[in-house]
Amino acid sequence: MADIIKLKINGIEVEAPQGATILEAARLAGIEIPTLCYMKEINAIGSCRICVVEVKGGRGLAAACVFPAADGMEVFTNTEAVADSRRGTLELMLSNHRMDCLTCLRSQSCELQNLSKTLGVDKVRYPLDNQEPELETSAPHLTRDNSKCILCRRCVAVCKKNQDVAVIGPNDRGFATHIGCAFDRDLAESPCVSCGQCIVACPTGALTERDQTQEVWDALADPDKHVVVGAAPSVRVTLGECFGMPVGENTEGKMFAALRRLGFDKVFDVDTTADLTIMEEANEFIERVQNKGKLPLITSCSPGWVSYCERYYPEFLDNLSTCKSPQQMFGAMVKTYYAQKAGIDPKNVFVVTIMPCTAKKYEILHRDSAIKGLPDVDVALTTRELGRMIERAGLMYADLPDEKPDPAFSEYTGAGVIFGATGGVMEAALRTAADTLTGQELKSVDYNGVRGLEGVKEASVDVAGLKVNVAVASGTANAKKLLDMVKSGEKDIHFIEIMGCPGGCVNGGGQPVQPMGLKNFTDVRAARAKSLYDMDKGNPLRKSHDSPLMKTVYKDFLGEPGSRKAHDVLHTHYHKTEKYPGVKV
Amino acid sequence: MPNTKTAVPFSSTPEQMKALDAVIAKHKGQAGATMPVLQEAQEIFGYLPEEVQLIVAEGLGLSLSEVYGVVSFYTQFSVNPKGQKQIAVCMGTACYVKGAKEILEKIEKIVGCKAGGITPDGMFSIDATRCIGACGLAPVITIDGDVYGRLELDQIDGILAKYMK
Repeated sequence: MADIIKLKINGIEVEAPQGATILEAARLAGIEIPTLCYMKEINAIGSCRICVVEVKGGRGLAAACVFPAADGMEVFTNTEAVADSRRGTLELMLSNHRMDCLTCLRSQSCELQNLSKTLGVDKVRYPLDNQEPELETSAPHLTRDNSKCILCRRCVAVCKKNQDVAVIGPNDRGFATHIGCAFDRDLAESPCVSCGQCIVACPTGALTERDQTQEVWDALADPDKHVVVGAAPSVRVTLGECFGMPVGENTEGKMFAALRRLGFDKVFDVDTTADLTIMEEANEFIERVQNKGKLPLITSCSPGWVSYCERYYPEFLDNLSTCKSPQQMFGAMVKTYYAQKAGIDPKNVFVVTIMPCTAKKYEILHRDSAIKGLPDVDVALTTRELGRMIERAGLMYADLPDEKPDPAFSEYTGAGVIFGATGGVMEAALRTAADTLTGQELKSVDYNGVRGLEGVKEASVDVAGLKVNVAVASGTANAKKLLDMVKSGEKDIHFIEIMGCPGGCVNGGGQPVQPMGLKNFTDVRAARAKSLYDMDKGNPLRKSHDSPLMKTVYKDFLGEPGSRKAHDVLHTHYHKTEKYPGVKV
Repeated sequence: MPNTKTAVPFSSTPEQMKALDAVIAKHKGQAGATMPVLQEAQEIFGYLPEEVQLIVAEGLGLSLSEVYGVVSFYTQFSVNPKGQKQIAVCMGTACYVKGAKEILEKIEKIVGCKAGGITPDGMFSIDATRCIGACGLAPVITIDGDVYGRLELDQIDGILAKYMK
């Protein structure tokens, strides 16, 4: 048993695997050591000094997040020396943190605030510095306020390691150190892909989505506007977290009830246009295979990924599916098909979407719209913003009844709902492509090879006797790995799904923020994804083309997948985008 | 933080560009290549403008932000070219207590650029330096190697006028 070590933590004997850190070993003894800068495998730099502990015989205090536990070691996590050190460190951080906690969006979900409480810091002995906001608001998806930044580097780490874009970093030195883009240019002038992973990594209110809830309240209060809402697949398994419910709990019925009580004129569901995306995309795949079109076909539902492709891999733009994302299809269908059917002027229709995503705020400004001069979607809110609207409205979310969406866009299939997890779009497309090519109703619908949380997944699947090589990547760093393999010819792949965020939309940059202390030891992505796959399994309809709604919209409006009409309403173009528009070499 | 981008447009010769490419090729793939490449690039161009940093970044497979983070950390790197006439104001302890800060502010005002910067016409650049070892002359400045010591604020106009012709 050489791979097990024995040590004592606060006098408690504990066995830990070889290679465990003190932080990990302590958890096995039932002791939580507070952390701040630490992100498992992503930001293990031991720099914030909040997790310090005493190691018997050691010189000074050790950072538990990086210090390896060893056989025979004696560790003390709660001595006066440890408590003093942690409090002193936190006080110094607070001395130049702008504490507008009463009005901060992250109040009560702020890790700094929680630490102050748990460490017993009830005053700061130093003069407070840095009390004016330092706002960066150039990009449509994000607001940064450096006066609340504590330089933990978590945002920098995810931007580099998970997303491999590294558009932000620490600039300057000493007291002047601050997080920013190169040359302190605007974020909008950098090759940021708007994924928002930095926001869900931020322990404080320094990084937030651009809050657009007021625009929605204004629309709801405007009697001339017909305000329509739809939520993305993954929102229903995360919204409850805004109200302290378990991670990943499916609260779909309450979500519909909440949206209705907020006063939306119609409560629809973006899951339905996820099905529509599959109808078009499966058809596009079959067409490209049969007509020797550009392969691999790459999915285009994730605007973080599309932005990445436009900036970093423009040579793959022709591989991107021309299908709009479910969000854009939703807005397009509401403003054309639905408005026509309901006899409403599309100019008076205001479409709001609820998204797990910050890049959706960028997407609505950059894709072709179905009606010239009218955006498909007017406002894209994150899950968090909807949570705040529900709070303001005084809705007791956990006690709401389960309701259904309004009929025009309500019925969806299991294929639509798994869009929210990495591999889901691929699986949904394969279900429809296989049936279309064989002309049969295939019984096997589970493509397990594309499920799970690995960064890059590959599988060969038999679609109507045709061997189709598929690959799935999530997180743009993994997308880069996969695309480089395709580019070099190392891999011959026919169909690729890429999601901008690691794990897909369940881990999107617009999702409820869970403290890193939880995420370091629990994979919240897995819990959220499981709920989606459970919903798929429990749905009698597993394939998009089996949806009665799909049959209706094609019969009444679109004709058939890939038709001229479908192209006008549901497809778009992409544009090569300069990474550094301000720098000419 | 102010944008520290220089007011003087970047220009380069084909020889300089070739030399830069060679430097990148020499260090590419080495661990810790960024520092030596930036040091040699600064020798080639005299400073590290955004354009040069971008070439270094793309050449080494880094982002511009990562390179700029290094450049802005170390005082040895400059993102501004030197002016035709270089003013250095000593900010060492002796000069500082003798009023170097006020002298610097006055020079900045007259010349029209901040310490670390360059005037838009490229004529003057100002550096706030560490101790230059002439404490007996505090406060002291140098302009193109000429030393002016035991300065009083009202001498500044006259001294600068000599270089503005």
